[in-house]
Amino acid sequence: MDTRERVRALEHMMLIRAYEETVIALHAEQRAAGTCTAVGQEAAAVGVVSALSADDQILTNHRSAGHLLARGADPGRMLAEVMGRRDGYCGGKSGSLHMAAKELGVVLTSTIVGGELSLVTGVALSRSMLGGDGIVACFFGDGAACEGRFHESLNLAAVWNLPILYVCENNQWQAFVHRRETTLADSVAPQAAAYGMDWRTVDGNDVDAVRAAAERAVAAIRETRKPFLLEVQTYRLRGHFEPDDQSYVDPDELARWRARDPILLARNRLIAEGHLSDAAAREMEAAVTRRMERAAAFAEASPFPGFDALTTDVYA
Amino acid sequence: MQTMTVTDAVSAALAEEMRRDDRVLIFGEGVATKRKDLLAEFGAPRVRNTPLAEGIIAGTAAGAAATGLRPVVDLLFAPFLCYAMDEIVNSAGKLRYMSGGQFAFPMVVLAMTGGGWGVGAQHNHNVEAWFVHSPGLKVVMPSTPADFKGLLKAAIRDENPVLFFTDIALAYAPGAVPEGEAVVPLGKAAVLREGSHVTLVSYAKSVHACLQAADRLAAQGIAAEVIDLRTLKPLDEETILRSARKTGRVVVVHEASRMCGVGAEIAALLAEKAFGDLRAPVMRLTGPDAPAPASFPLEQAFAPSTDTIVATVGRLVGLVPA
Repeated sequence: MDTRERVRALEHMMLIRAYEETVIALHAEQRAAGTCTAVGQEAAAVGVVSALSADDQILTNHRSAGHLLARGADPGRMLAEVMGRRDGYCGGKSGSLHMAAKELGVVLTSTIVGGELSLVTGVALSRSMLGGDGIVACFFGDGAACEGRFHESLNLAAVWNLPILYVCENNQWQAFVHRRETTLADSVAPQAAAYGMDWRTVDGNDVDAVRAAAERAVAAIRETRKPFLLEVQTYRLRGHFEPDDQSYVDPDELARWRARDPILLARNRLIAEGHLSDAAAREMEAAVTRRMERAAAFAEASPFPGFDALTTDVYA
Repeated sequence: MQTMTVTDAVSAALAEEMRRDDRVLIFGEGVATKRKDLLAEFGAPRVRNTPLAEGIIAGTAAGAAATGLRPVVDLLFAPFLCYAMDEIVNSAGKLRYMSGGQFAFPMVVLAMTGGGWGVGAQHNHNVEAWFVHSPGLKVVMPSTPADFKGLLKAAIRDENPVLFFTDIALAYAPGAVPEGEAVVPLGKAAVLREGSHVTLVSYAKSVHACLQAADRLAAQGIAAEVIDLRTLKPLDEETILRSARKTGRVVVVHEASRMCGVGAEIAALLAEKAFGDLRAPVMRLTGPDAPAPASFPLEQAFAPSTDTIVATVGRLVGLVPA
């Protein structure tokens, strides 16, 4: 990444954080339904998505806002979706948890943990059979890696040489249960070796490191047309579902990870290296806030769908 | 007309549709092993064996269907669909709606079921009603080789996920199949025999029991109309209602268990829309609320028999005391 791209990555991470904080605030005011956020995982989304080309596709999960925004989604249409409005990406039928935007190549999200892992093999099969050199990135968590579908998906992708970048955002939490309680190994990625698949782990709070690792993985997939598993080790700074008091979270652990907030790290590094002034960083934050205010206003001005939408788009 | 078995009719439909549209492909456990003819004609990318993992087979089909291919997957036996319920129900059935119509899922899931092979309840379970109850899916369960061929072709051409069930007892039954395309549209029942005293509504193997019963009833002076639903969803309400209004007596016959089965839906439909035309209660002849047994005599006793149909109709029309 050159300096401009690194500043842009910081801006994207700020945008994602501001978006999720807006959704949380809207919910607190009963203007939107509760949601699952990925606060603290912004570097994973931005680092990986920025390494993809426009022709590549993305499958994601219930913590998808970062992936969508990093891909260039309009926060106004996203908020409209969260608020159940007609101008949402899915016409208000998805809400925050299952947002897909075909026009951006963000296809087939699933909130069934592991659902995206069972769909991605088919999307990649289409890519490999219908031509083009596009690849498919599939975001899932350490929780999904406990599902049987994780293994079924990796095995089939390896056997069929499917061009998939599996991205495990290991955020240490599986809903309300810490990863330590459900798996003995600290890392998910080495399991890929059992399926003959290359893998790597990376510090998921360092956006430069994530981007570099993703670039290498994407290049390998384009060259070999074989799948790759990249584990992005990060931390979910907020609860499973908003609202959530996080009473089950060890405060020391949370404090340690807060000190490694990916936005803070990227900002401090850019300032320390002389690529960004503190004032410029503040102005970026202010611009993101203004953008989010406009997005919320757009969303609230959007009408609710008509009741006929209850039964439209059930069948093609 | 040509004579072929149900198995051959299915193979012919697959070959014709794969020839017509190169987006059609088939995969599943043993598909490439068993379908050497398709493998030879269409090549390994379009005729694939898979690991023994129904969930990822169905999920791969859904993902491929949403992004430009038209997959047919063979999941072998209907109870195995339990391993693929998430992909079929939550993904293929819902993601079109949940995405506001951004995606379509043109895919077909093949599975066998029903008594006849003595394979027991984890290979034989008529689960078709589960999928009828799930939004976004279509369900087909034919009874003749001609319909197997024509309906499978329609299912492959449909833009929606279609569950296509083969009754094991019919797999090797020969029958007349028209030459050429002969696509049978989804959602249209067939009136196989006209009658005025009673309507027998059925699908799959039980259709043949109904036709035999109609023959025996005719000898007793009772004219039974026989309807083969062919497609369970969308349900051809019009054909059922028209016949019920004519005969005033309806018996629904299927091998699947009784409670919340297709028969219950049809009885409710008739109560809501044809109550004034009914001259007798709608009867359901079904399998019991029990897993399917392996023992051959028990397995045969599971499905409604011709004797039971004849006796039930006799009571309904007042030939014998209720």
